[in-house]
Amino acid sequence: MIVSGVDVGSTTSKAVVLDDRRQIVGTSLLPTGANVVRAAERAFREALTAAKCDESEAAYVIGTGYGRYKVSFGDDQVTEIGCHARGAHFLFPDTRTIVDIGGQDTKAIRINDRGEVLDFCMNDKCAAGTGRFLDACANVLGMSLEDIGPASLRSEKALRITNVCTVFVESEIISQLARGEKVEDILRGVHQAIASRTAGLVRRVGTNPAVTFTGGVSRNQGMVKSLEEKLGVPVHVSPLSQWMGALGAALIALERVEGGAVRRVAIGGAA
Amino acid sequence: MITAGVDIGAGTTKAVLMDETGRVLAKLSQKSGARLDDAGSRVLAAVLERAGLRREDLAYVASTGYGRYQLPERDIQITEVTCHARGASHLFPATRCLLDIGAQSTRAVRVDERGRVMRFKMNDRCAAGAGRFLERVARALEVSLEDLGPMSLHASDPQAISSICAVLAESEVINLVTSGKATEDILMGAHLSIADRALALLRQVGADGEVTVTGGVVLNPGMVDALEKRLGKRVNASPDTVFAGAIGAALLGFVRLRKRGEAR
Repeated sequence: MIVSGVDVGSTTSKAVVLDDRRQIVGTSLLPTGANVVRAAERAFREALTAAKCDESEAAYVIGTGYGRYKVSFGDDQVTEIGCHARGAHFLFPDTRTIVDIGGQDTKAIRINDRGEVLDFCMNDKCAAGTGRFLDACANVLGMSLEDIGPASLRSEKALRITNVCTVFVESEIISQLARGEKVEDILRGVHQAIASRTAGLVRRVGTNPAVTFTGGVSRNQGMVKSLEEKLGVPVHVSPLSQWMGALGAALIALERVEGGAVRRVAIGGAA
Repeated sequence: MITAGVDIGAGTTKAVLMDETGRVLAKLSQKSGARLDDAGSRVLAAVLERAGLRREDLAYVASTGYGRYQLPERDIQITEVTCHARGASHLFPATRCLLDIGAQSTRAVRVDERGRVMRFKMNDRCAAGAGRFLERVARALEVSLEDLGPMSLHASDPQAISSICAVLAESEVINLVTSGKATEDILMGAHLSIADRALALLRQVGADGEVTVTGGVVLNPGMVDALEKRLGKRVNASPDTVFAGAIGAALLGFVRLRKRGEAR
């Protein structure tokens, strides 16, 4: 018996397959693209393939993320806030605060010692600090998204960046380059500016240790370091941080099965 | 006697040369480019050349705009709010409020009957409601900046854009394209979205009386149309209002010269 969580984000879709002993047996990650329904199906199929399982073995599937209602084969939908909370609590049981930065939004979540959500704050009105923001910075510098975090860590003198608006920061970077500033110093400044803003959001729910950083942006080591500096506490980052929502959804799915729930739908229609 | 007004903006730099009757002898607008410290001098030199004049012919140089401190030739720098107010009132004497929509900032200014600033509101923290928002939408739709406005005027079913953020709106635009919406309908939606943001700022200073629109967006007929639709009345806009800041700076240059003359 297996269960799955499918996290359809604005930028990437992720799926996790768990066995009945809460072991991760398969994962997948792909760009969401324009066809959200297909992205969800593909994420699920790819995770099943990775787990060497057939769809018929799945006892329950939960959809989460921005596109959770497009998970047509999901037995239920749970918000990404609830799922990140469950996932982070599973991997780091001492977690009390979660910072989730995805492709298009930022969330700060406060949880209790059982992984239940007590409070949360979200910014989905502005791209500042999200994956889209970092992508724009990388683009304007002609670098890959993977390289900008490590490059920022090589800086010896962070520049003061005044803009957090994604559109304006592009112009500011161009002006700094024209002035002859070093790429790593510009990047360090950009990461610090964004981390300060994120820390402001986190303070609204309270910075209770331990802090766990999830979502695609947590892969950026420059953001991790800047966030630790601005929050004044170390943060947990798991190699599975991008799958935190999907993992949480799968854990909830397993609990549902343990409580007697059964699968009612399948890809393309009834089970 | 001739003064120069140089408006160094985030997107374009504008320069005008003016004689003491208030007549514009020459004007020029060029992209500011990445080197803002170079843009003012470059455009000032070019406008002098166009008028067949030399630096020595200028009695006074006033700079304004985002890059106003970066013009070595300046005798004074004046804030863009003051200059736009003066310039707009010069071009349209009945102006009671003005909306300056530039590449990176939007300002709403309430002025008195002599073009003096009574109060103003500004957004320069975020691209929502500024020209860059439209540039992003144009890029997402692969439409040139020149075609953006005229195309939007053909809309039959304007699509609402709910994202305030220019970057998130770009994703929304792509989704609208994917779902088969017409380009002109999406464009009109984008124009209306900026109009709503800008007019919210204008209402904070009071939108009654004649409204003059300045800044680069006046060259976009779609933007002027969207502003008029949302405001429910006509606005003053002409290709000259792009130069409102530079014109205001040149006029204020004469004011300074006169004061200096009286003081002597």
